[in-house]
Amino acid sequence: MSAELLLFFVFAALAVLGAVSLIVQRHPIHSALSLIVVMVALAALYLLLGAEFIAAIQIIVYAGAIMVLFVFVIMVLNAGEEERTNLSRMARYVGVPLSILLTAQLAWWMMRATSGHSNGAPLHPTDTRGLARLLFSDFVFTFELTAILILVAMLGAVVLARRET
Amino acid sequence: MVPISYYLVLSAVLFGLGVVGFVFKRNIITIFMSIELMLNAVNLAFVAFSRSMDHLHGQVFVFFVIIVAAAEAAVGLAIVILIARNRESLNVERVNLLKL
Repeated sequence: MSAELLLFFVFAALAVLGAVSLIVQRHPIHSALSLIVVMVALAALYLLLGAEFIAAIQIIVYAGAIMVLFVFVIMVLNAGEEERTNLSRMARYVGVPLSILLTAQLAWWMMRATSGHSNGAPLHPTDTRGLARLLFSDFVFTFELTAILILVAMLGAVVLARRET
Repeated sequence: MVPISYYLVLSAVLFGLGVVGFVFKRNIITIFMSIELMLNAVNLAFVAFSRSMDHLHGQVFVFFVIIVAAAEAAVGLAIVILIARNRESLNVERVNLLKL
């Protein structure tokens, strides 16, 4: 087994364990910490795939900014343990098998559809430069649009969360 | 060399776990985190395809997905704060105005 494959399995297992823990934990702050584990593991996988820039923004934006926002809101709302409600019979006997079926189907078709594909070229270190070139040439309009989106989202968040006086 | 299908299967599993969390969790913040998990799973598929086809467009798309996720988190958490303030609970079963 090559080192790359070994690293893949380590981080894939970490990501899946984190995701399972996100579902199993009852306290939202534990779920948030599990999600951070998933995101860091995914950043490592992006590095394995040769996407350094995406790995960096995964850590900075996701694990940094978004998760801090989540933890902050959990703290502000003083969110406690999830109330234990009984799963309805429908959820237990139909929901659980159906979600397992959905996952298995997705995995199976993705596996089948791509088993013949090549693994692509080996890593090249100029990827980030190519990404920047694409962002500021072909996708420059979209890039500017996302700037407006961020501005609107910021205004929306402030307006929504403000206390009525 | 890791086959690209391994990454895609991992992405499918993470997406499925996100769906399970979205459907089964009661806490609105955890439901929101499950959505983020699904977005992350899709991002992984994008990056894997971008590598397999040796094309950077997939990574550009992931960049935009992350931006939109950040905007969504800001607005969504503001809504969560509003709901918590109005209903005095984070349980989604208390948010039932549209229920018959």
